[in-house]
Amino acid sequence: MTAVARRARGATSGAGRLAAALLSPTFVVLGLVVGYPLVAALRESVFREGTDLDESGFVVEGSRFVGVDNYTAIFAGESAVRFWNAFGNTTLFTVITVALEVVIGVAMALVMHHAIRWRGIVRASILVPWAVPTAVSALLWRWIFQADGVANSIIGQQILWTTEGWQAKFAVILADVWKTAPFVGLLVLAGLQIIPNDVYEAARVDGASPWRQFWRITLPLVKPALLVAVLFRVLDALRMFDLPFVLIGSRKESVETLSMVAFDEASSLRFGPAAAYATILFVYVAVTALVFVRLLGADVIGAARERARK
Amino acid sequence: MGVRTTVSRATAALGVAVLLASCGSGGDGGGGEQPGGALEGRGEVTFATGKDTSGNMQKLVDEWNSSHPNEQVRIIELPESADAQRQQMVQNAQVKSDAYTILNLDVVWTAEFAANRWVVELPADTVDAGKFLEPAVKTAKYRDKLYAAPVYSDGGLLYYRKDLLDAAGLQPPKTWAELTAACQAVKATQPAIGCYAGQFEKYEGLTVNFDEAVHSAGGDVVDASGKPVVDSPEAKAGLDALVTGFQQGVIPQKAITYKEEEGRRAFQAGELLFHRQWPYQWNLAGKTDGSSQVAGKFDVAPLPGLNGPGSSTLGGHNFAISAFGKNKATALDFIKFFTSEPSQRSNLLATSQAPTLASLYDDAELIKQFPYLPTLKESILSAKPRPQAVRYGDVTQAIQEAAYAALTGAKPSDVALKDLQAKLQELLK
Repeated sequence: MTAVARRARGATSGAGRLAAALLSPTFVVLGLVVGYPLVAALRESVFREGTDLDESGFVVEGSRFVGVDNYTAIFAGESAVRFWNAFGNTTLFTVITVALEVVIGVAMALVMHHAIRWRGIVRASILVPWAVPTAVSALLWRWIFQADGVANSIIGQQILWTTEGWQAKFAVILADVWKTAPFVGLLVLAGLQIIPNDVYEAARVDGASPWRQFWRITLPLVKPALLVAVLFRVLDALRMFDLPFVLIGSRKESVETLSMVAFDEASSLRFGPAAAYATILFVYVAVTALVFVRLLGADVIGAARERARK
Repeated sequence: MGVRTTVSRATAALGVAVLLASCGSGGDGGGGEQPGGALEGRGEVTFATGKDTSGNMQKLVDEWNSSHPNEQVRIIELPESADAQRQQMVQNAQVKSDAYTILNLDVVWTAEFAANRWVVELPADTVDAGKFLEPAVKTAKYRDKLYAAPVYSDGGLLYYRKDLLDAAGLQPPKTWAELTAACQAVKATQPAIGCYAGQFEKYEGLTVNFDEAVHSAGGDVVDASGKPVVDSPEAKAGLDALVTGFQQGVIPQKAITYKEEEGRRAFQAGELLFHRQWPYQWNLAGKTDGSSQVAGKFDVAPLPGLNGPGSSTLGGHNFAISAFGKNKATALDFIKFFTSEPSQRSNLLATSQAPTLASLYDDAELIKQFPYLPTLKESILSAKPRPQAVRYGDVTQAIQEAAYAALTGAKPSDVALKDLQAKLQELLK
């Protein structure tokens, strides 16, 4: 009895050890790729580099531990204005672009799903913007939005898109929606394709209008895919950097995002404050992701979990 | 993502730097004698520079290498953007890497690199003060000590449409009032033409143009001792010249989006009567292959000012020796070779970048090929440097912030200057 129990326990702990051994490479990689940069950034954010000069004009070297000073400095005085402006821009861009992308992306997916002729061409052409690197598409849009550009000749007015103001925000939003709506479209299309056709047939037999079919069948059944797409887009948009940076330029209040502030600090060699900004952005992104998964039930890795619970 | 990478790399760099510092720093006696001060060692060296667009740098390096088989120089090309170049050099300096020996520095980086001890002091006789343009030599100094050798200089010129001024019977303007008057006269027959543009987008070019306006009105951003003095009536007069230029349409509205290239396109399309620009525009605007509408119709003059000739902002590049590079004696010899008269002449011919040796500006043969040389010499000799600050990045951003706010009407010019003064006092104390 005891021997059997011991053998059983030995077997489980042996299996556990084997499992740990087999998993350890993954943990090491995760630790190096995810853990180390996070910890390093956190550590960096509580130090500050010397900027004082000695009598002969040389920088006094070395960084010193400043505790949470880098964080409190963000919320004080002029940097607070800059931070909240960047926070506002980041949030505004995220909300508006993702909302537009959902509407346009769903429409694109429906077109791609129903296209019978030239199906391949329609799908490929809708995906082209997504395939263009962001910095390149930002350059393209800058060319469109320059003073003598295409945008101004189409509307027949001279709007200086890249100067401070709402027009700059509009330009960024338009360029971002153009670029990433296809991504939402692609994920939603994948969701559409697993909806069985008999559901629609049954609805048609019951006399449901196409509009009703969309609201009652398509949307609920495509919701899991759509939520994942929205989650990805939100996380992506919160980190927006290259598009406003290239399209409008750095240090422009109207479009400065949190990533741009962090970058700007880092390129001024203030790595401590830069790390603090990056950490705050990280927390913001993490909290948003959590809220999404918990409240809206975005199902990123949940399919398997669900099955396991059953 | 990019930010995280930069930060983590910086952290790693910092870690290594701390380690190294704890291992091997004996003498922290302040300024004077540093172990890196001795320029010793011969052998292979590397030369970190921006893009060698003309290929002439490689040509000169090949020439050096063929006569110095044991002291080969290798070019390391850095990214095209100046910010990215600076960042790579700074990151290398922070880990005390010996990857770069010779550094091609923008004139505004001298103070930062010298104050951080990333570059070594050079012997005073590296640069013959009698032969080099004095303003260019000044940009290579930090606290009166030489840290680099001036290789390329640069000064602003007033490009003007000679055909239109001639038709109106006018001379190129020496003051802003004359410029506006000339513009009114030309507009009588050419109503569509824009008067004047410079570089007014919010970037380094705006700092250049703002400084020029302030200096040309007799003001200063910082005084000789490095104290900010930008809250002055003269500085206000300079800034106001630009602000009213925009308000009255002397400067076209869209010029607020102009960097060098946008302005050049406008000038070449015949949209501008006057254009403040660097010498590089001369060759491009003079092309007769159809890319320029103004080929043969323009000339250059010194920049105008408030009550007389204006004063340009100084541009250019200097070569310095990294404190952590090997074979510094070879590096110094190579820098001397690169700044010698034959090298500078070949550089000018190949790249049309402004040389730093005064004699080349008076060379009849060169003037034949580059007719703007005498005007450019005048421009550089009366040019003023941008503030020489260790935290130059912050200083130039403060200037851009203030100038952009004033030009776009977000702040009245006196408020913008007052705010700028306060900010500079904090940054330069």
